[in-house]
Amino acid sequence: MTRPGAPLRWASIAALTVVLGACSSTSSSEPGPGQRELFPTVFAASSLTDAFGGINQALAHQGSKATFSFAGSQALVAQIANGAPADVIATADATTMSTVASHLVAPAQVFARNRLVIVTARGNPHRVTSLSDLANPKLAVVLADPTVPAGKYAAQALAAAHVTVHPKSLELEVRSVLTKVELGEADAGIVYATDALAGEGKVTAVPLAGGPVASYEIGAVDNAGRAFVRFVLSAPGQSVLQHFGFLPP
Amino acid sequence: MNRRPPLTLATAAVVGLAFLGLPLVALLVRAPWRHLLSLVSTPAARTALRLSIECSFGALAIAIITGVPIAWLLARREFPGKSFVRALVTVPLVLPPVVGGVALLFAFGRRGIMPLHIAFTTWAAVLAEAFVAMPFLVLAVEGALGSLDHRYEDVASTLGAGPLHTFRRVTLPLVAPGLAAGAALAWARALGEFGATITFAGNLPGHTQTLPLAVYVALQSSPDTAIALSVLLLAVSVLVLVVLRGRWRGLRP
Repeated sequence: MTRPGAPLRWASIAALTVVLGACSSTSSSEPGPGQRELFPTVFAASSLTDAFGGINQALAHQGSKATFSFAGSQALVAQIANGAPADVIATADATTMSTVASHLVAPAQVFARNRLVIVTARGNPHRVTSLSDLANPKLAVVLADPTVPAGKYAAQALAAAHVTVHPKSLELEVRSVLTKVELGEADAGIVYATDALAGEGKVTAVPLAGGPVASYEIGAVDNAGRAFVRFVLSAPGQSVLQHFGFLPP
Repeated sequence: MNRRPPLTLATAAVVGLAFLGLPLVALLVRAPWRHLLSLVSTPAARTALRLSIECSFGALAIAIITGVPIAWLLARREFPGKSFVRALVTVPLVLPPVVGGVALLFAFGRRGIMPLHIAFTTWAAVLAEAFVAMPFLVLAVEGALGSLDHRYEDVASTLGAGPLHTFRRVTLPLVAPGLAAGAALAWARALGEFGATITFAGNLPGHTQTLPLAVYVALQSSPDTAIALSVLLLAVSVLVLVVLRGRWRGLRP
């Protein structure tokens, strides 16, 4: 090597550029006072992925845009309890929400409801018609983990129907259950009606007679989150949610 | 001669060391020592531990059986596309594990290009771990073979030993320390695998929920259990380093 210092010098220049770039971009996009209300950070249950995308489109008309973090409700509340910078939290059940009650600026409110369905591959090749069909050992069934609201509701539904299922996997968010069925890795899963709607064309939904109804709660973690919560509860917000298949609270 | 390091270098080094050390200290400070034993010996934790041990040694076996021949080819033979083969072996080292999981799903999943019907089985977890651990073994063994004086092997063949006999009786014993070091690193990597496992194998206690997955799930419901399991994994990692006794530093890809 003729110039041993050259690669190192180039590396340090590159590193410096990256660091400076990062600094300047954070300082320019740093929201000022009042700005954060227009650009809240929203932690939401993964089943809200499409519906909250729709909420964001509706908000865009008001010059507002939320940043979302979608995951299983139980993962989101654990992050908030550890100080994650959320302005709003929306969970798929009341139990999970209650664990972060002390972090909210106002009590959480129910903003939507959702039914459970069985999803199968498109056309329902295994002719699943009820929960009892899921006990068939030849069927690869995937559920959400019981710590996830969707998994808890599914367990309730199965227990009420006196059906024992041996799932192949317990996913950490309901959308992973849908994905496994969409990809054909699983034959059937239990998800929300709204998830099945989002996967329309790739999966077939089998409605459940009766069964638990999920009730979704939303709360503001700080004042910057109040406007988003108000919008979700307002008539325009509710019509977006119902467009994506959610039931009114 | 001034042996003291320049102040700027020393400061940066101290910051770096604190950055690496503090999280480990935090884990030990937060660990529920009094209940540690009972937390890591619950049936759920023991199941995850047993599964992790089975899967990681299974992955290591695959890595050794297929990885040592790859390393031997790379170190001892010239062939077209050799640099491509070396790149292929190194890819899992730099690829995000979750991407590896997605790739495994589309290769060996039920609708993959080579369906193996092992999705959601312990075998899927073993393959996911083998995929990410293989480079450590191949690169270590190739390094050991590269620094080996191949006149030993030449002498063996002039004395009438066939190539396979030479490999088993001369080459393998000579690279044993390199193989051991590579195996320890590969095993540790397999033990810690998370992204590829949860993507390709799913998460089912007793079948595919290995220790890292159990830590992640526990963190959302019972943080003390998560910390206790983390301390257990940390202890295993330290043990691997002690066993290696700095031997990995002599390994070159």
